[in-house]
Amino acid sequence: MLGLTLLAVLLAATPGLAADGAVRIGSKSFTESYLLAEIAAQALEAGGEGRVERRLGLGGTGITHRAVAHGSIDVYPEYTGTIALAILKDPAATSVEAIRARLRPRGLTVSGPLGFDNTYALAVREDVARRLGLARISDLARHPGLTGAFTSGFLERDDGWPGLRRHYGLQLAGVRAIEHALAYQALGSGAVDVIDVFSTDGHLTRPGLVVLEDDRGFFPAYSAVLLARLDFVERRPRAWAALERTLVGRVDGPTIRRLNALADLEGRSVRQVAAGFLGREVTDDDERARLRRELLTLTLEHLWLVAAAVAAAVVVGLPLGLLAARRARLGQVELMGVAVLQTIPALALLCFMIPFLGIGTTPALVALFLYALLPIVRATYTGLVTLDRRLLEFADVIGLTGWRRLARVELPLASVPILAGIKTAVVWTVGTATLAAFIGGGGYGSLIVRGLALDDVGTILAGAIPAAVMALVFHGLFEALDRLVIPRGLRLVMSSPV
Amino acid sequence: MIGVRHVSKRFGPVVALDDVSLDVAPGTTHVLLGPSGSGKSTLLRVLLGLVVPDAGEAQVDGVRPGLSGRHALAGRVGYVVQEGGLYPHLTAEGNVRLPAQAAGWSRARTDARVRELAGLVGFDDAMLARYPAELSGGQRQRVGLMRALVLDPPVLVLDEPLGALDPIVRADLQSELRRLFAILGKTVVLVTHDVREAVVLGATITLLRAGRVVQQGTFAELARHPVEAFVTEFLKAQAPPAELREHL
Repeated sequence: MLGLTLLAVLLAATPGLAADGAVRIGSKSFTESYLLAEIAAQALEAGGEGRVERRLGLGGTGITHRAVAHGSIDVYPEYTGTIALAILKDPAATSVEAIRARLRPRGLTVSGPLGFDNTYALAVREDVARRLGLARISDLARHPGLTGAFTSGFLERDDGWPGLRRHYGLQLAGVRAIEHALAYQALGSGAVDVIDVFSTDGHLTRPGLVVLEDDRGFFPAYSAVLLARLDFVERRPRAWAALERTLVGRVDGPTIRRLNALADLEGRSVRQVAAGFLGREVTDDDERARLRRELLTLTLEHLWLVAAAVAAAVVVGLPLGLLAARRARLGQVELMGVAVLQTIPALALLCFMIPFLGIGTTPALVALFLYALLPIVRATYTGLVTLDRRLLEFADVIGLTGWRRLARVELPLASVPILAGIKTAVVWTVGTATLAAFIGGGGYGSLIVRGLALDDVGTILAGAIPAAVMALVFHGLFEALDRLVIPRGLRLVMSSPV
Repeated sequence: MIGVRHVSKRFGPVVALDDVSLDVAPGTTHVLLGPSGSGKSTLLRVLLGLVVPDAGEAQVDGVRPGLSGRHALAGRVGYVVQEGGLYPHLTAEGNVRLPAQAAGWSRARTDARVRELAGLVGFDDAMLARYPAELSGGQRQRVGLMRALVLDPPVLVLDEPLGALDPIVRADLQSELRRLFAILGKTVVLVTHDVREAVVLGATITLLRAGRVVQQGTFAELARHPVEAFVTEFLKAQAPPAELREHL
């Protein structure tokens, strides 16, 4: 592709993946994973193990696993069941020892169990349980009139509802999909009778809920461990020892449920809860001050993502649009190509790139660049092919050709749609850039992802509102830029010949 | 100066020109007349090198348009685009300068030429800095004319130059064009569907229909010795009604 060199330069200018010597800790984007990673990070910082880089809130096993395998992070909290099924693809590898042996050839290892299992479970309301005599999952078989609402992952996974139903011979009157955050409300209001929960969920510390016993042992063990790179363990034995000392065997079921409840239900920040676990304290004032500093950092990160991605898309997209306008057949292929790029879901695209680019700003920039291409290429193409034929013919007759024709006639005449395309790309990218957080690319998305995980509207808005403001500011800037770039004569008539 | 020999052109199934020949003597004005779709615009575009004929040959000032290289016509043919066809993003002066810039003229030479032309076509110098959208229809036509004349080409080609103007401005510009063509001694080919324009300009006429030449000659010849009924029909259709003639 034309702009490959430029992109390479751009990527080289991107802040490096990891400063030397920093321990890079990852987490997935749910409360428990944030908490365990933050505890690990604070333990290392307090233990004098040098700098820690947090890559928290990554978008799922596909991303965290690739990130640790690629070397973008050193360690993150994981579960044995997930490692067996999603990473090793071998349900038989259940014990920590078996998993450790299987991970070794991949350059990975796991710590000992942290002390709790986070497995799927089914929950019902306490009054319903009492009325119907429900204590175990097998009791559900006697009440086929009950309705269930399950998270989409649980509905589809073989270690979720489909397998559970077969294993216990269950029949429910109705089963539908629901967001986890809404499931408790639905259960509380009586809209549904049975929901799936994580056994460590903070909500389970509240009265009124009963978790049904998995009496026929269907759910595999999801024992929490730290998944780490072998080279990290070997290179930094003291840091690894500190992590094991802090976490292995130190977090039992009631403890993690309490920690989750503090973050999810009592509005404590992840840092505060982690500090509390380590016997220290972070005051609300500290936390607010830190959030202000974080907001500034995130703003700069977000600006860089948008500016660099769109700048690259302009430099590459304008010539591509031009080429498409000049060569009809090639143009169609090209326009289809950039349109197809657009249809790849952002998370999937980010996920594909990890083996090549790791996680962080670089793959985020590449993805945002690819997404920003379509509006710019299309606008340039459309702007050029819809120019009034008479105006171009005159240029032919006076022998105005090549670059001078482009610079004097074609681009100025097409400046209105081209700028509109760039404006679309910018506003669009401000929004899409929030997804960068899923692969540790930073920006306002970090707050949105964290807020979603903690079901904390304040944190979501702390990311969403500045992103919206940034989109508005860019929009305003471009309105001003229109006045500079679009020739005055054109603004008087907008592109029709006179 | 201009010679067209047995030119034919098809666009897919549509016959745009069918064995058309035409001669325009140096310093004379020739008008291509005909209803819409008669091929007069295609013939003009052949002269401009924008359409290459399927058969036959065209010559303009010694070059073959469209075949003698992209820059061959610059400086030989001045082109006044339909309805002025000015670039909206350039000022009046920017439009006039463009052919000179494309031809690599120096700034000073271009400056002098622009002032000279403004005087020649009666265009107010103060208006040169205006954009086309800020000019009246008649003023735009004068700018279009200046732009065509800037390189002082021997041949001028005009595509319905006065089509969109109101009657008084139109009449004004018609006599103005006649004066200019006479002073400058240009060889002119002009497309119009207005018979009066041909008469006012004192031009010879080629009347086209469906891509074929129906008749060539002066207005008087066409009016007195029409080769077929269509000629009279076409000329009459544009004559003022009898009542109007009575009262004026």
